[in-house]
Amino acid sequence: MKFWRTPLDIDKLQIPRGELHILKERCKGCGFCVEYCPKGVLELSDEFNSKGYHPPKAVKPEECVNCDLCELLCPDFAIYCVRAEAGEKEVSN
Amino acid sequence: MSAKVEEQVREEHPLEKILRMDRIPHIWCPTCGLGTTVTALSSALEQLQLDTNKVAVVSGIGCTGRVAGYMKLDSFHTTHGRAVPFAVGLHIARPDLKTIVFSGDGDLISIGGNHFIHTARRNVDMTIICVNNFIYAMTGGQVAPTTPLTAKAATTPYGNAEHPFNLPLLAASSGAVYVARWTALHVRRLTVAIKEAIQKPGFSFVEVIAPCSTLYARINKLGTGLDLMKFYHDNSVIRHGADLNDVDIDFQSKIVVGKFVDIEKPTYIDCLNAGNKRAFGDKYKPYGGGNGDN
Ligand SMILES: Cc1ncc(C[n+]2csc(CCOP(=O)(O)OP(=O)(O)O)c2C)c(N)n1
Ligand code: SF4
Ligand code: SF4
Ligand code: SF4
Ligand SMILES: [Mg+2]
Repeated sequence: MKFWRTPLDIDKLQIPRGELHILKERCKGCGFCVEYCPKGVLELSDEFNSKGYHPPKAVKPEECVNCDLCELLCPDFAIYCVRAEAGEKEVSN
Repeated sequence: MSAKVEEQVREEHPLEKILRMDRIPHIWCPTCGLGTTVTALSSALEQLQLDTNKVAVVSGIGCTGRVAGYMKLDSFHTTHGRAVPFAVGLHIARPDLKTIVFSGDGDLISIGGNHFIHTARRNVDMTIICVNNFIYAMTGGQVAPTTPLTAKAATTPYGNAEHPFNLPLLAASSGAVYVARWTALHVRRLTVAIKEAIQKPGFSFVEVIAPCSTLYARINKLGTGLDLMKFYHDNSVIRHGADLNDVDIDFQSKIVVGKFVDIEKPTYIDCLNAGNKRAFGDKYKPYGGGNGDN
């Protein structure tokens, strides 16, 4: 993680981890989540859903910090993130 | 497929509690900003931990007007321009409910403009969320009283020659006690504004600048809704308490956003109670939970 100024209590900070859920069939491929994920976790995939859109896929799932921005911006309620327990990390597509 | 697989837990988006899932997917185009504004309202309601039986959403007609139909709350999809008068009646009959009007710029400010200013003047306790996409989207992109000067619309192919309304100034000068403006991309700040507006007694107004990809962006050759979302956000200047004479929106230029007005003023029901108490003294029983002391 890049810091503008290294926090004084960096050794005590625990960076949260997220577990992403992408509801591919509901996605309209707008790219909001891809564009605004602060960690570059997502990319639009080459795959089509049944409506003909390209849903996103997590290319760097381990980088997700559970900030929920993808979930908040998605206009189609097609992606959400839950906090992953330490050590547990997965993407369900 | 075996029964076991079918029984697998269906994935549930956190907003499914508050949306009418039988109506999802919604009709909005890809890269339209409206869905994001629904998330902001839903998150605000969740964070306020309001009893969803005590919240009502009223919309008029338009793409934005569909919002009432997607919320799993008491909701009413009124005729064009009449969301505000319907909400006034609802509020007076059921002052225990939080009344939220969620509608478009054309619906609220064009055909519904007179209702809007008079309800603000009377300071009726309700929250108005106005999605301004600068156009009548649902009917094919006609010019609206919010279309910026020189912007193109289906009915102004050579560019709009009229001045648009400055909505925060209109709301505040008509009497609103809370006025804020954000873009759809400011989703967290927008959620905070909606929470504050809902909690504020009196007429509160939140303008949301959101992209219409299919009409406004296409007619004006501005790219996709994502391009427009990015443009609005990157050209926003946060200026809380700005002089509202300076918050006009020109075509594809800076947009002043922030919380502009947050004042206290007796509401319509407060004033009604106070008036009747003056006239009838103790014989009058205050209506709607107030004590009539204003
Ligand atoms: C009485 C009446 N006049 C006109 C219309 C046609 N009409 C439907 S929606 C609309 C404009 C909607 O614009 P806005 O409120 O900005 O919503 P948007 O679609 O942009 O979200 C109009 C003129 C109507 N339905 N009823
Ligand atoms: S939760 Fe945040 S970090 Fe994780 S994918 Fe979504 S936007 Fe990216
Ligand atoms: S924001 Fe939602 S609809 Fe848009 S690409 Fe991402 S998951 Fe799909
Ligand atoms: S026409 Fe415009 S406002 Fe209506 S759903 Fe499509 S993009 Fe959204
Ligand atoms: Mg509109």
